[in-house]
Amino acid sequence: MSTDVIQPRPPLLEVDEPLEEIEGTSLWQDAWRRLRKNRMAVASAGILLFVVLFCVFGPWFVGYSFEEQNLAYGAQGASGAHWFGTDLHGRDLLVRTMYGGRISLLVGLCATAVSLTIGVSYGAISGYFGGRLDSMMMRIVDILYTIPFMFVVILFLVLFGRSLVMLFVALGAVSWLTMARIVRGQVLSLKQSEFIDAARASGVGHFGIIFRHLVPNALGPIIVYTTLTIPRVMLEEAFLSYLGLGVQPPMASWGLLVSDGANAMTFFPHMLLFPGAVLTLTLFALNFLGDGLRDALDPRMRS
Amino acid sequence: MGRFIFRRVLGLFPILLVVFTMSFILMRAAPGGPFDAEKPVPAEVKRNLERQYHMREPWCEARFLPALQEPGLSTEAERQIRAEHAGASRIEQLCTGVFQYGWMLSNYVRGDFGPSYKYKDRSVNEFIRSGLPVTMQLGLVAVCFALLIGLGAGLIAAIKQNEWQDHASMGAALLGISVPNFVLGPVLIFIFSLTLLWLPPARWDGWQYMILPGFTLGSVYAAYIARLTRGGMLEVVRQDYIRTARAKGLSEKLVILRHAMRGGMLPVVSYLGPALAGLFTGSIVIERIFNIPGMGRYFIDAALNRDITLAMAVVVVNAVFLLVANLVVDVVLGLLDPRVRYE
Repeated sequence: MSTDVIQPRPPLLEVDEPLEEIEGTSLWQDAWRRLRKNRMAVASAGILLFVVLFCVFGPWFVGYSFEEQNLAYGAQGASGAHWFGTDLHGRDLLVRTMYGGRISLLVGLCATAVSLTIGVSYGAISGYFGGRLDSMMMRIVDILYTIPFMFVVILFLVLFGRSLVMLFVALGAVSWLTMARIVRGQVLSLKQSEFIDAARASGVGHFGIIFRHLVPNALGPIIVYTTLTIPRVMLEEAFLSYLGLGVQPPMASWGLLVSDGANAMTFFPHMLLFPGAVLTLTLFALNFLGDGLRDALDPRMRS
Repeated sequence: MGRFIFRRVLGLFPILLVVFTMSFILMRAAPGGPFDAEKPVPAEVKRNLERQYHMREPWCEARFLPALQEPGLSTEAERQIRAEHAGASRIEQLCTGVFQYGWMLSNYVRGDFGPSYKYKDRSVNEFIRSGLPVTMQLGLVAVCFALLIGLGAGLIAAIKQNEWQDHASMGAALLGISVPNFVLGPVLIFIFSLTLLWLPPARWDGWQYMILPGFTLGSVYAAYIARLTRGGMLEVVRQDYIRTARAKGLSEKLVILRHAMRGGMLPVVSYLGPALAGLFTGSIVIERIFNIPGMGRYFIDAALNRDITLAMAVVVVNAVFLLVANLVVDVVLGLLDPRVRYE
């Protein structure tokens, strides 16, 4: 095609002064505006940022290591030297809470990433191909929903070792079901759109259509549900650590610290109070942020 | 309706088979046998024990690795033979696994879960007979708490939408979702048992023992139910049939309780099925905190002791309960909602 066929159309109206430019608002800007107006969600984001900084950089500013024992100072309450007090072995609880937070946040993020990968791929493939494959794949999800997975995870961890990687994989592998359902629903309605026809017409393969066109357009619900998966997975990690199946001492995670605290609370309630409060605060903030994001990104789902 | 239930019940068996097979494979694939950890028993005794539990099948040995059948073979010698004939050993193991699978499956079908690996004088059935009623009582108390608190808070929030009662209930619900039950449990024990001395902190001997664990276990579900109730009610109140009910001149109380509740409860009912799965999982940690002799406690002890027959039986029994509960929920959902059609 020669280039001179298409001529730029002359402007219909000549104006000397350029018109004031009208700023369009994209879906994302709109959502961002709505989120910013939700004061609790903004506060939650602030709390989360603080917790992350506290756990990641905090240990550099505290003059103790997480495994340094000092039996002479065992199980002291909060003081100027030890802000959160010390545990039964005289280890500084502040630094242990920070280290525990690193582990808990890491597990939360990694396991969520695993569940995100499985859930999005599974749901998108199921929704995109549709038909018999779809009904079979969704039937499998229905069946998996009814299996008591934590029991299987516990058996798995007991029998095959209790490493961090196992924890990521085991938790991620059992928490992708809802994500798969959500993504499938989105893909089912999106795949009828014209831009998918256009992509197909221009020769994009199945893989490209699913991951370059469908998934990015379903990003809103995916983000919302991911934010809500993180606290759930962190809770499950803490639950497993509480039972002694997560990270092993002298390492710490919030679940482990709460478990130690619960055992010692008769005489040393501070050992339960501080890690429990930090864990609860983090989960609370994550849940609040997730709710806020849902209201912002998907006003129809607002409950 | 009858046909629907019949078909669903038939559909339960393949799922149960999947659960059984999954836990069986986990058990077989686990490194180390159940009789390794204890003080070493004579090789001959160990072999006989393993034969009794069908972890060793003479037929498979004779067929694939006859060297193992030599009388008086020591454990060390067996290890050497297996190392030398790794391929044959693997096939022999696979063959034994198939035999054991069939043996255990036929026992499970007859409701016999076999002996416990750890407590050889007690059968798994005895553990389940003593543990299951306790866990079910605990679960029932928790569900009652959850429904009572959750429905109440959700209704108030829906009726007083956007007023302070609404914000207070929903804030409390979000807090309930965020506080892990293993934090809430010890805190409640600390307040009500150790400080106020009102309620016992542990064991399971009567109604006063049920309050703290039941509340701790139920709190999360109360929170979810409150949110679902509020959402469901707000959705229903906009429907035409509610306007009709109001137009007939019914009192607001009757409109809410008799007409709106029925439709508004649907999300709650459909949530109860999956919630039961969480209830069983939660009872593992609750039974540990409050020292309650239920299934969850037996399960975690069995898992830590590598008492795999007991652990496996708990998984399968739980799966049976979950599946039946889900079926009941689906039937109830159909009774409540005329739009649901049984296919």
